[in-house]
Amino acid sequence: MEEQLREAVRSLCRGYPESYWGALDRERAYPEAFVRELSEAGYLSCLIPEAFGGGGLGIREAGIVLEEINRSGGNAAACHAQMYTMGTLLRHGSEEQKKRYLPEIADGRLRLQAFAVTEPDAGSDTTSISTFAAREGDRYVVRGKKIFISRVQHSDLMILLARTTRRADVDRKTDGMSVFLVDLRNVGDRLRVQPVDTMINHETNELFFDDVEIPSDALIGEEGKGFAYILSGMNAERILLASESIGDALYFTDRATRYAGERTVFGRPIGQNQGVQFPVAGAYIRSRAAAALRDQAADLYDRAEPCGAEANMCKLVASEAAWEAANAAMDVFGGYGLAEEYGIERKFREARLYLVAPVSNNLVLSYVGQHVLGMPRSF
Amino acid sequence: MNIVVCLKRVPDTETRVRIDAEGTGIETDGVKYVMSPYDEFALEGALRAREAAGTGEVALVTLGDAASGETLRQGLAMGADRAVLLDGTVTPDGLATAKAIAAEIEGVDAPLVLLGVKAADDDQQQVGPMLAVVLGRPCATGVVEFAVEGAVVRCERETEGGTEVLELPLPAVLTITKGAYEPRYASLKGIMAAKKKPLEQKSAIAVEPGLVVERLELPPDRPPGRVVGEGPEAVPELVRLLREEAKVL
Ligand SMILES: Cc1cc2nc3c(=O)[nH]c(=O)nc-3n(C[C@H](O)[C@H](O)[C@H](O)COP(=O)(O)OP(=O)(O)OC[C@H]3O[C@@H](n4cnc5c(N)ncnc54)[C@H](O)[C@@H]3O)c2cc1C
Repeated sequence: MEEQLREAVRSLCRGYPESYWGALDRERAYPEAFVRELSEAGYLSCLIPEAFGGGGLGIREAGIVLEEINRSGGNAAACHAQMYTMGTLLRHGSEEQKKRYLPEIADGRLRLQAFAVTEPDAGSDTTSISTFAAREGDRYVVRGKKIFISRVQHSDLMILLARTTRRADVDRKTDGMSVFLVDLRNVGDRLRVQPVDTMINHETNELFFDDVEIPSDALIGEEGKGFAYILSGMNAERILLASESIGDALYFTDRATRYAGERTVFGRPIGQNQGVQFPVAGAYIRSRAAAALRDQAADLYDRAEPCGAEANMCKLVASEAAWEAANAAMDVFGGYGLAEEYGIERKFREARLYLVAPVSNNLVLSYVGQHVLGMPRSF
Repeated sequence: MNIVVCLKRVPDTETRVRIDAEGTGIETDGVKYVMSPYDEFALEGALRAREAAGTGEVALVTLGDAASGETLRQGLAMGADRAVLLDGTVTPDGLATAKAIAAEIEGVDAPLVLLGVKAADDDQQQVGPMLAVVLGRPCATGVVEFAVEGAVVRCERETEGGTEVLELPLPAVLTITKGAYEPRYASLKGIMAAKKKPLEQKSAIAVEPGLVVERLELPPDRPPGRVVGEGPEAVPELVRLLREEAKVL
């Protein structure tokens, strides 16, 4: 099953070669055709239960889909959010919400691809968010600012984390936050979306909520418990993005291995030199280690067991393996690594993101230091 | 109309082949196996014919070991309805393979039998025509596109500089090559559904092969190129060598 899934995704991706992604990168355009085909073939909805028209698979299989996309030279970040936000909706959404949205998400008519947490004054420190949703009758009125909120312009639905009680008024800083499923199609013009240009082809935005009204039935689960709900979503996100990094790492080691066998310098293939071989081999080994950790985290997640430590650790190891492989490939390709035509520089820029997002690796280290090893709290 | 597609599991065409210790087969360690690409064309053709007809089933048959079950599952995921794994040894003797497959197909109500024009591993192009002979049915080989029209199947073949159109009465056997049938990939629903489709495993009838491989060899390394000189002065010598040594002029 796993191999079959990999093969099927690989065949789909063969229709979208690196030249496709390279052209999009230059135009800063969204991979519309790719995302449509991926949705229609059912891969983006693999986490949605069969009863709602999805694939009924686990996070492990979802990760494999994303891994293969990135290994092929593509960039799954254009559409991965539908998968990692799914846990929040599936585990904490009401039957009514699931019935209303999941079937249309499953068949690709609706896209749930935006996840709004980060704010200018709350990046790593999520509980410092100040965007506020005030209950007024049968609606909430939202005021505040978010930044780096990706794919909003290519989504119909967005998961929003906002405070419903001010931080100063709660006993624990993790209390008083709520999660909303915002229907962007009828949110009106009180939500302003301002693109943030970045070094990669990734639509990400600043959002200004100027008393945006959302119906009260957009609330997921109970008011004030939102932080706990998105934590399980964040674990899913870490496992899935680790999978993308593993795919990136393998993309680089595949390409570097091939090139090292082809490029002749001093009368022999450069790959014959151990100085060229070793960095690529080292990165490959670490990508395998990351995959083993990812599989462990995914199995725990799929059994609904605690997996915070494993999810965080696999995200760190995978993003580092990808970055190590990216640098190794850059070295193997010499000057050609920088030439756009070769594709390496594009993937190099893309692989860099995962050292800081969705959680910076420093925060993973502090999580493990404090919560796994039990060292003193630093914040 | 029911269609049978015969499939073979073969090493991925990108495999770097190594000869095994006996010198009669290839090293199978670390080899990735796939459905022979020509069989994928045949399967795609069968699926489209079934879709065009709106009825009938596509059944898969393979001769091979238990691992061939994976290849059949892949075919089921692409859209075939059921599969039969004839558990047995694949020999290089195309006739032995054809007889084993014929024993299964004879009892099946399927007017059309499709195969790839050749297996991507041994390239022999034997099994299709031989199967047709064993079954006593007409056969067209190297078909790029076909259409069932009542009691006949019209086939297009590409010949040097033109297209040949053949008409065969059903039941018939066709071998398919690259042309109209770019294979689909399995959708996620297809993969999930494949798990529930019937995959029957039975022993293949024993057929004594009439052909054995004596020896396999990799092609010799190409000798390195030779520089005969530089500039226009070298041309006469180059022409002489091409004529007398390489004998290409
Ligand atoms: C392209 C892109 C897309 C994104 N998409 C989304 C999205 O869709 N939705 C969303 O909500 N967010 C998104 N983000 C935001 C991302 O999750 C944040 O950038 C990330 O969490 C880091 O927050 P920050 O940028 O505010 O960094 P800061 O929190 O300001 O941290 C800056 C640096 O300080 C370090 N640091 C801070 N505190 C400590 C400490 N105590 N110990 C050690 N080191 C520390 C950090 O590790 C980091 O290196 C995206 C970001 C980018 C770049």
